[in-house]
Amino acid sequence: MIATSSRNRRRRKAIDTLATAGIIGAGAGAIVPLFAILIFLLLKGLPALNLQLFTQNPGPTGVAGGGIQNSIVGTAVLMALSLAIGLPFAIATGVYLAEYGRGRVGFVVRFLVDVLAGIPSITIGLFVYTVVVLRMGTFSALAGGLALALIMVPIISRVTEEMLLLVPQTMREASYALGVPKWRTVLTIVVPAARSGIMTGVILASARAAGEAAPLLFTSLGNNFRSTSITSPIDALPLRIFTYATGPFAYQHAQAWAASFILVAFVLVLSVSGRLLLLRGRR
Amino acid sequence: MQLTEMRPDFERADGVLAGVEPREWLFRGIVGGAALFVFVVIIAMIYELTRQAWPAIDAFGLGFLTSTTWNPPSEQFGAAPFIIGTLVTSSLALVLGTIIGVGSSLFLVEVAPRCVRLPVSYTVELLAAIPSVVYGLWGVFVLGPWIQHTAGPFIVRWFGWLPWVEGPALGVGVFEAVLILTIMILPTIVAISRDVIGAVPRSQREGILALGATRWEMVRIAVLPYARSGILGAAILGLARAIGETLAVALVIGNSTQVPDSIFSPAYTMASVIANQFREAENDMHVAALIYIGLLLLIITLLVNAGARLLVWRVTKGQITTVIE
Repeated sequence: MIATSSRNRRRRKAIDTLATAGIIGAGAGAIVPLFAILIFLLLKGLPALNLQLFTQNPGPTGVAGGGIQNSIVGTAVLMALSLAIGLPFAIATGVYLAEYGRGRVGFVVRFLVDVLAGIPSITIGLFVYTVVVLRMGTFSALAGGLALALIMVPIISRVTEEMLLLVPQTMREASYALGVPKWRTVLTIVVPAARSGIMTGVILASARAAGEAAPLLFTSLGNNFRSTSITSPIDALPLRIFTYATGPFAYQHAQAWAASFILVAFVLVLSVSGRLLLLRGRR
Repeated sequence: MQLTEMRPDFERADGVLAGVEPREWLFRGIVGGAALFVFVVIIAMIYELTRQAWPAIDAFGLGFLTSTTWNPPSEQFGAAPFIIGTLVTSSLALVLGTIIGVGSSLFLVEVAPRCVRLPVSYTVELLAAIPSVVYGLWGVFVLGPWIQHTAGPFIVRWFGWLPWVEGPALGVGVFEAVLILTIMILPTIVAISRDVIGAVPRSQREGILALGATRWEMVRIAVLPYARSGILGAAILGLARAIGETLAVALVIGNSTQVPDSIFSPAYTMASVIANQFREAENDMHVAALIYIGLLLLIITLLVNAGARLLVWRVTKGQITTVIE
């Protein structure tokens, strides 16, 4: 009797050890990919960096040299455009969800915002192609900015909502007690109090949109020359990486790694600072 | 009636409020209009894609879903190879991603000491910040050659007797897309399942530990069943991400319009075929067929997302913002 029970205990102990090992293995497995990617970005991206990349447009295809200045400028223009288009909508939606969005309508809107966040970016690209590019008759930075804005809106509005709800109810009540109507309370007390939190959402959303190429394929198209016009095609870093990754020339591959290095550095800085702010705000 | 409607949250009525009624309504109209806009965008998306895909819907109907012919010059289109490609790659990635994701969530919540927890969960979350196209680039120049020369031959040698495992492994193909997708959905799965596992009440764990259970028995009997529907929701959100993933897959899957017959075959997914062929479409029917695929993709991801979010919401009562991955 005692023997069987101790054997049973040993068996259970062994299974426990095995399972714990598996769990630790999974934990280790989950952190490997990030390092595997970052190491190769350093190994291949860093040596390919040079000043030319920032000051020149791509040369004729097949001729080594040239830069990706057009893509860097393009990404900056697209970011500015998408924020200009998306920010007002996103913040207004967040305000609606936090201040007025109780009950069934609020639930539906919140649900749709989340659903919008889940729509594949390539589908958003197709949609903007059909409504903007086909109507304007040309690929344009404007179309690209609109597509990126649609990706940003759900992120910014949900963070805005969360941050507005963190503002203490007593602040609102103090304002109401002074006879300030609700709309003015929201605009002059609640939103300013949540400003840094909302900023966080904007940063996280920008980080996400800066790395997207799929919605730009059929909207901003890409451009071998530097352009700042919103009605003509424009390049972007992720688009350039996609083009060069599939290209046949070694210099293109090197520049794709360099461009990835720049893009990831930019996105990680944004994303890490956004998350740190978010953590600080939640605490 | 209207007056009660526009009162602040706590019950309080006075004449001042009534005096500013128009501006209150204006403000409400503006923010409510913005919220409505989200609804309009989703409806417009379905409408526009249906309209643009109409020539293909009209010509091929639902047979489009089952036909395996994809021949742009002769205007014969069937999406079955891409639907199969999407199903195979994302479901395999889902299985792998869920095993590793739930395992590492358990590691974070149940096993890891406090000083390890934060850095590890942070590292996994940062995976979500890496752009898709960078995954693709890494897949083409790092993962691909490794599979071709090291992992692939090894798998073919030892597991070649399994169905759908046939060599030779190329630098591109289904297997590589699966690995990339697994990495990409990991942060989604970990972020949510870590939170739902962490939300299992302490008393549950303590109860079963007091009965003499080992840690694994506690996890198996008390923790996982409790967190089950949350984990399911996390997995489905991961699936939605895998289905819609475009450029990383487009770069590594090998671009073949044939139905894949091995995990090392080149193939295409719904999203990646659009990305690679839309700009070079050969005729109007080709464009319509690709938009038809886009419409199917939209409908599938809408359904999958809606289901997953409802599930996660029910468990977390809307506490977890699944948008910020």
